[in-house]
Amino acid sequence: MNAVIKQQTDAAVSATALRKSYGKKVVLDGVDLTIGKGQVFALLGPNGAGKTTIVRILSTLIPAEAGTATVMGYDLRAEAGAVRGVIGVTGQFSSVDDLLTGEENLLLVGRLLHLPASERQARASELLERFELFEAARHTPATYSGGMKRRLDLAMTLMGQPRLIFLDEPTTGLDPRSRQTMWQIIRELVHEGVTILLTTQYLEEADHLADRIAVLDHGRIVAEGTPEELKRRIPGAHIRLRFADSASLAEAARLIPEGTRDDEQLELRVPNERGIRPLRDVVARIGDHVAVEDLSIHTPDLDDVFFAVTGSASKDKSQ
Amino acid sequence: MSALTFAAQDSATMLWREIKHSIRLLRLLIVSAILVPVVMLLLFDYILGGTLGHGLGDVARGAPYIDYLVPGILVMTIAGGCGPTAINVSMDITGGFVDRIRAMAVVRGALLAGHVGVSVLRMLVASAAVTAVALLLGFRPKASVGDWFAVVGIVAAFSFALAWLSAAIGLVTKSVAGANGSTLPLSFLLPFLSSTFVPADSMPVGVRWFAANQPFTPVVDSLRGLLTGAPVGSTPYLALAWCAAIALVGYLWAQAAFRRA
Repeated sequence: MNAVIKQQTDAAVSATALRKSYGKKVVLDGVDLTIGKGQVFALLGPNGAGKTTIVRILSTLIPAEAGTATVMGYDLRAEAGAVRGVIGVTGQFSSVDDLLTGEENLLLVGRLLHLPASERQARASELLERFELFEAARHTPATYSGGMKRRLDLAMTLMGQPRLIFLDEPTTGLDPRSRQTMWQIIRELVHEGVTILLTTQYLEEADHLADRIAVLDHGRIVAEGTPEELKRRIPGAHIRLRFADSASLAEAARLIPEGTRDDEQLELRVPNERGIRPLRDVVARIGDHVAVEDLSIHTPDLDDVFFAVTGSASKDKSQ
Repeated sequence: MSALTFAAQDSATMLWREIKHSIRLLRLLIVSAILVPVVMLLLFDYILGGTLGHGLGDVARGAPYIDYLVPGILVMTIAGGCGPTAINVSMDITGGFVDRIRAMAVVRGALLAGHVGVSVLRMLVASAAVTAVALLLGFRPKASVGDWFAVVGIVAAFSFALAWLSAAIGLVTKSVAGANGSTLPLSFLLPFLSSTFVPADSMPVGVRWFAANQPFTPVVDSLRGLLTGAPVGSTPYLALAWCAAIALVGYLWAQAAFRRA
């Protein structure tokens, strides 16, 4: 009993049986969600799974057809205004004003938040500095890189010092370096005590950032847990060896009995833990006896998670 | 702070944003809002004006064609502002800006108020500039001070009405290109099918009835009467009634479309 009450008071988001459909297409089919304060919660799923719809409902942009939710203790329906006061949203589509400079974009949001002029200016300068946008502050976003635009978008969200931030696919389309920068920014926000709900198509991203992950498929949560819990359900990483003919495959399979043979693809899959020791071991055992056509290392990705929890690949599901 | 203060504050912020936009796009706006009507003025006055002026006969009351033409060009100048307004609204809807402000505690109507406010401002500035050019080209209005006030009033009312209508068009069209295209009947077709360049009486029978009874005609006729010093009768009231009706329809349509968008 105590645990239940505590969970409710500590929850940044608590949603029950959310439903939404567009015409005959059911987008959300009864989603329950509890996000603890200070947590990073990742919604993982392919395109069309319903990630963005959840974000849009919880950020008051669209109403759910059924279900209830509280956000930071406020009822989503009855107290939408109060909800808007404590959340920040950085959507999938850029909300940066392309005709205003970076600084003007921040000041615009500051005005809409009714911050006093001095505070507006101070906060804008602080965010420009923090997100390495100071030199770009007097230019319009037309001259920005994708990563800079995304950082400005997030900085606009942070003008209001929200307690809960929704990040809808924050790194989709970014180059690896910009992605790292975005991850660093997200970690800093968590450090400051902000709760984050992020959506992503990448298991790696959820794994790096999230305390809890919910896997979404066809508008339902099909698995939920810590990254460790989820990964335990996924068949581990493996080394793939491809051969020119079935004789070589047979010989390799004899040398490495723990591998799984795939006669059609002429492949041998050997379970692989982290580190290079197992790889070195496999290579040493094959030695010069068998000609290996190709060697690749496979790490679990969204497809593997999907396969493990739904029994079908995400690519088929999303169609 | 009261709700009304917030509404005023947020509208002012959106107005500020739109003014910034207009300044950034100033060169483009000067071409589309001022240069295009001036070119129309030159074309109709110098190239077509001789024949058109003769054809007017008694309607011109002995004055050169430019005096008949300028009120029509003013209406075209105002109508030319519809495209940019619809485009700006459409850009906000198709981008992520509307989503951002909707997830904030921003007063709902502020965004459209900003768009319409600056739209009217742009139309008024363009009308003043085009009038100034017309004066340089030989336009000689005979309006009294009172008439001038009435002219400004009608220009402002017509701008306000078309601005709301354009905002609604910008909201319901699904793309920026669509928003631009959908305002063309307003900015191009309706002026020609009115007494903008020639009297409605001179048109083919089928078109004549439409031209005589559509809103552009009383607006042009009022401006023409006031500027040339001819008696206007109740036409300005008819023009203002049309403006009020268009503004109301545009406003209600825009509000409904904004809720759905």
